Amino acid sequence: MANIIVLVKQVPDTNARIVLSGDRVDLSAVKKVMSPYDEFAVETALQHRESSGGEVTAITVGGAGADKVLKDAKAIGVDNIVRIDCETPLDSNSLQSILASVISSLSAEVVYCGKSAADTGAGSTGPGLAERLGWASVSNTTSVEFGEQLSVVTPSAGGNARINVPLPAVVSCDKGNIKVRKPNVKGIMQAKKAQVDVRSVDVPASTVSVVAHSMPPAKPAGKSYQGGAAAAEVAQLLRDEANVI
Amino acid sequence: MTDTIVIAEIVKGAVHPTTAELITAALALGSQPVVVVPCTDASVADGASQFSGAARILAAKSDVFSNYDAAGWASALDAVTPAGIIITSASPQSKDLAARLAARRGISVVQDVVQIEGGNLTSPIYSGKAMQTVSLSGNAVVTVRPNVFAAAASDGSTDVSVVDTTGNVATAVQEFMARASTRLDVAEANIIISGGRGMGSPANFSHLEAIADTLGAAVGASRAAVDTWDDIPHSMQVGQTGKTVNPNLYIAVGISGAIQHLAGMRSSKYIVAINKDADAPIFQHADYGIVATWEEALPILQSTLSTMMA
Repeated sequence: MANIIVLVKQVPDTNARIVLSGDRVDLSAVKKVMSPYDEFAVETALQHRESSGGEVTAITVGGAGADKVLKDAKAIGVDNIVRIDCETPLDSNSLQSILASVISSLSAEVVYCGKSAADTGAGSTGPGLAERLGWASVSNTTSVEFGEQLSVVTPSAGGNARINVPLPAVVSCDKGNIKVRKPNVKGIMQAKKAQVDVRSVDVPASTVSVVAHSMPPAKPAGKSYQGGAAAAEVAQLLRDEANVI
Repeated sequence: MTDTIVIAEIVKGAVHPTTAELITAALALGSQPVVVVPCTDASVADGASQFSGAARILAAKSDVFSNYDAAGWASALDAVTPAGIIITSASPQSKDLAARLAARRGISVVQDVVQIEGGNLTSPIYSGKAMQTVSLSGNAVVTVRPNVFAAAASDGSTDVSVVDTTGNVATAVQEFMARASTRLDVAEANIIISGGRGMGSPANFSHLEAIADTLGAAVGASRAAVDTWDDIPHSMQVGQTGKTVNPNLYIAVGISGAIQHLAGMRSSKYIVAINKDADAPIFQHADYGIVATWEEALPILQSTLSTMMA
C-alpha cells in the first residue's frame, strides 16, 4: 500500500494568446487548464496505485479558483484532493517550503509532478521539493516501472538511461509513451461532489520579485525568397553572413 | 559587488563551451566569478582555464560526478561552492541541479534567463509568449539559456585549484541505452532541421536526415508531424509540449508555425523557413524565408551545403 502524491497546477490553455495590461500579463480572459505535463504525472500516479495499492492525493497551491484543477484530477481517478490556500505570487523557495511542510504531514512515499509547468517552464518544483524533504529525485522521466524501488527512463547524453530510484522520491514526468486516461461520467459526477481539503500555511517571504512583464522583442523582418533555387544563396549566407555553419 | 559563482557545464565528462557564456552572465550580475568544475579527474578543469574573466577555477573532484544524480551533485557542490549568486546553464540537467542546489541553500532559483540588466533578470514565460523581469534581494541560483550571452574570450590562463568533495548519491544507473542513430538529439544540437506535416510522409524525413548529417545537426519535428505519424517519435518534437530549443540555426521545413511550435524554437539565433505557403506564420520569425516546396528547395540546399562543407 503506497501513499502517492501528485502535484497539479492550473495554467492558461497552451493555445491561448497572452496579452498585457500595463506591465503585467492579463489572464482574465484566458481559459485555465491542468498543465499538460501534470496530466502525465497524474496518469503515472494512478498506474502506481494500480500496481501497489494505496491512495493518490492530488495537491495544488492557489485560491478557490484552483479547485477546478483538483476536480479535474478527481474525475480522472485520484482519491483525495488538497488545496494549499495561497493566492500571493511565490518564488521557488516559498513555494517549495509550503509544499514540503504539507507533504511532510502526509507520510507519503512518492511525489509525482510534471517536468515543468506550462506557465513558467521552470521545472524547479520537483527537484527543489525533493531536496527539502531529503528524498531522491529524478526529472524528465519518459517511463516509470513500480517496485521496491522505481525503475525509470530519463534522457542522458547520447541516448537514455535506465535508473533505479529508491523511495521516497520525487519524480518529474515528461510525456513519454504513456497514454493518459480520460474522465468517465462516473468520475465527473464523483468529482462534483468531492470535498477539497483546504490547508492554510504560513508563507515565507519571497526574495525574487516580479518587476514587470513584457512582450517578446519583435524580430526584424528577415530576407525572403521565391522558389527553391534560392536555397543555394541562403546556404551561402548562413556561412558568410550569419556565421552559423 | 555581489560574489558570483559559475558551475561549469559538463557534457560527456568535459567542460562545454557554453561555460564561457555563463562567465559573461556572472560578470553582468557582479564580480568576477569563481568557476566550479564538477569532475572525477581534476584535469577536466583545465578545459576552463582559458576563459578570461574568471577570478579562479575550482576543480571539485569526486566520484559522485561520474553519473548524474541530482541529490549527489547538489550535496557535493554545496560543500565546496562559496556563498553568492550561482550561475549554471539552462540545459535540462543543469536546471534540475540548480533547483536542487538552491533548495539545499534555502534560496530561490530563477530559470532560463536571457537578459541581465541593472541586476534584473528576464526570462521567457508562457513558452516565450511573454517575458518576465524579476529582481533579487539576496542570493539565488540563476540558470542561463545557451546561445544568448556572448562567450567570454578564450585568451585567459587562470590557475586551477583542486578540492576533494563528496555527496550522498540517491539513484543508481542500471544501463545506458545509446540512440540507434549517431545523430544528436534536438536538446543537444547547435543546428536543428525540423519537418512538419508539409513533408507529406515520414519517409520524406530522410531528406532532412541527409542535410542533418552534412551539418552535424539534429532532426526535429512539429507536433502535427508527431501526432500524425507513428514513425516520428515524441522525442523529436519541438514546441510547447515537446522540447524547447535554442540552437544557433533552426531550419523549419513544411512547418506552418503554429503558436505551439513557435513557443519551442522562437529564441533560436537564426531561423530558416521553407514552406510553399507564403502566408505561413513561420515566415514572420524567419531570418531567411524561402517560399517553395521542400521537393524544390531541399536538393539544392543539400548539394550547396555538401560542397561548402567538403
